Amino acid sequence: MAADAIITVEHMRTGFGAQVLFEDLSFGVARGEVFVILGGSGCGKSTLLKHLIGLYSPWSGSIDIAGMELVTADEATRLAILRRIGVMYQQGALFGSMNLIENVRLPLEEFTRLPDAAVEAVALAKLKLVGLDRFAFHMPSEISGGMRKRAAIARAMALDPEILFLDEPSAGLDPITSAELDELILQLRRSLGITFVVVTHELASIFAIADRVIMLDKETRGIIAEGPPARLRDESRHPFVRRFFHRQAADAPAA
Amino acid sequence: MPDAADRPATAEVRIVADGADLVLAGRLDAAGTAAVWVPAMAAVQKGGSLTVDAAGITYCDGSGVALLGALRAGAAGRPFAIRGLQPGFQTLVDLVGEVAPPAVPAAPRLGPISRLGHAAYAMGGEAKRQVAFVGETLVYLTEAVRRPGRVRWSDFFLTLEAAGVRAVPIMVLMGFLIGLIMAFQSAIPMRRFGADLFVADLVSLSLLRELGPLMAAVMLAGRTGSAFAAEIGTMKVNEEVDALTTMGLVPVRFLVVPRVLAAIVVMPFLAMLMNVAGLFGCLVVMMSLGYPPVTFFNQLVGATTHLDLLGGLFKAAVFGLLVGGVGCMRGLQTTTGAAAVGESTTRSVVSGILLIILADGLFAVLFFYLDL
Ligand SMILES: Nc1ncnc2c1ncn2[C@@H]1O[C@H](COP(=O)(O)OP(=O)(O)OP(=O)(O)O)[C@@H](O)[C@H]1O
Ligand SMILES: [Mg+2]
Repeated sequence: MAADAIITVEHMRTGFGAQVLFEDLSFGVARGEVFVILGGSGCGKSTLLKHLIGLYSPWSGSIDIAGMELVTADEATRLAILRRIGVMYQQGALFGSMNLIENVRLPLEEFTRLPDAAVEAVALAKLKLVGLDRFAFHMPSEISGGMRKRAAIARAMALDPEILFLDEPSAGLDPITSAELDELILQLRRSLGITFVVVTHELASIFAIADRVIMLDKETRGIIAEGPPARLRDESRHPFVRRFFHRQAADAPAA
Repeated sequence: MPDAADRPATAEVRIVADGADLVLAGRLDAAGTAAVWVPAMAAVQKGGSLTVDAAGITYCDGSGVALLGALRAGAAGRPFAIRGLQPGFQTLVDLVGEVAPPAVPAAPRLGPISRLGHAAYAMGGEAKRQVAFVGETLVYLTEAVRRPGRVRWSDFFLTLEAAGVRAVPIMVLMGFLIGLIMAFQSAIPMRRFGADLFVADLVSLSLLRELGPLMAAVMLAGRTGSAFAAEIGTMKVNEEVDALTTMGLVPVRFLVVPRVLAAIVVMPFLAMLMNVAGLFGCLVVMMSLGYPPVTFFNQLVGATTHLDLLGGLFKAAVFGLLVGGVGCMRGLQTTTGAAAVGESTTRSVVSGILLIILADGLFAVLFFYLDL
């Protein structure tokens, strides 16, 4: 694919048991872009994300992350890949037995040789980046769902990854918080050059952040549309894509 | 005072030339629908066309809509009409359409051979995962011994407190009662032979060699093994285990090792506690039989050796490894959903106790051949 691709998926075939989710999936994500994965509920977006971060292995095909092959990687390569990515899970997946700053400190303590004071400072800085420094000593159960997602982003960013994977960052958030999260994503992309791979359903969010989207489909078990969101909205003739963008067109800015 | 909208629902079936007319009236809420469901569905059975006269329906909620949908489904393929339903309700009915259970796609029927194959395959996968877990745990346990700096000691001490310190009262109580009961039960027949002095030998030997470690381990399986399974299972369900994995942290090293280490360390202490408390229980019975404490101690020292005690405590440590390990393994095997956590918890206790008994049997054989 493109020369500056940071993620390249080629001819991936996968599923669960007898159920095939993707027949022959190929796409690339360019360095520094915000790449959004769309599709109907249950079409396999979360599953695709879990393949990209190495939690599941595809039946066949290849996944290349930052120049390293993930599917056949040995342990050392896999760790090297994991060190360059951060993940925010749909529910945040903060460690419930640790407060926020301990959550952010954990990867720093495990993977760097920073002295304790430095770890503390870095963790606080990351929390400040997402606006949660005042809650550093709260437990995950003591903050709201939106705050939990922001804290999860802070933890995902602890080791300054090159790629951040976000699973439905704005699901269940009010429009204002959701817009703040979008702003945060754009800010991080601008100032740190992070590549984002985002699963989301929010049309407003898609138009605000996405450089490029792919639309997955259950029936064809693959990609039915690919490109900048505005182009898909205006030009795609695929009925599902049209429905997706026009059913909610009133919400979309400049629709 | 009942106004029109509160009229209870009624259903009346009239047979007409080519089928049936069903007159529904009144308030079709959950109660009303329940009252008219059977007579209304009977109208469908008549065959021929079905016309529902719904003009008398004053109110119709989800239950009423379901009734009309079920009628429509029952009359499938035959002429069917709903007349006179208020437009607001009619929209709902049209939205729902026919109400009939969806055809369940028949699961492919497998012959006994294929089923056997599937079961064997599943068992093979399970066995492979268990072997992998045991291997991984042992690797990281040895690593923990060689490089103690990499163990999460905070988790270790938390577990030590929960499994050890907080178990003290219940362990003491249980041990005391077991010693008391055993001594009392054996004193009755032995007294008839004038051998009641040897109750002390009997109780102390069986406590130190068998019952102390065994009861402590059963208690650990119930209190701590299940807690491990629930904790780790919840983390699994909340994707926290996935989060660890994608951080490049190995769940076994991170979650399992500190807990299993704590279980191993705490068990000899718990077994010792059980022993001492049990001996006290025995002492109480002996004193009530008229023997002074010094006699009891002489019997105790004469009957048991330090090898009995050490063998028992070693067994206890192994039980700790088994119970802690199986608790963590069941936790990591948790699938999705809150029910899965409960299932893992149960399985952790059952397999924990089973493993203890099996291991105890092996130890009995081993100690016999080693002449211990
Ligand atoms: N662990 C699993 N075992 C078996 N099947 C699974 C598993 N996880 C997901 N599936 C199936 O894979 C399909 C895709 O699931 P996935 O969670 O990826 O959907 P999604 O696109 O993320 O949906 P949503 O938008 O609702 O989050 C579903 O049909 C689901 O039933
Ligand atoms: Mg999903």
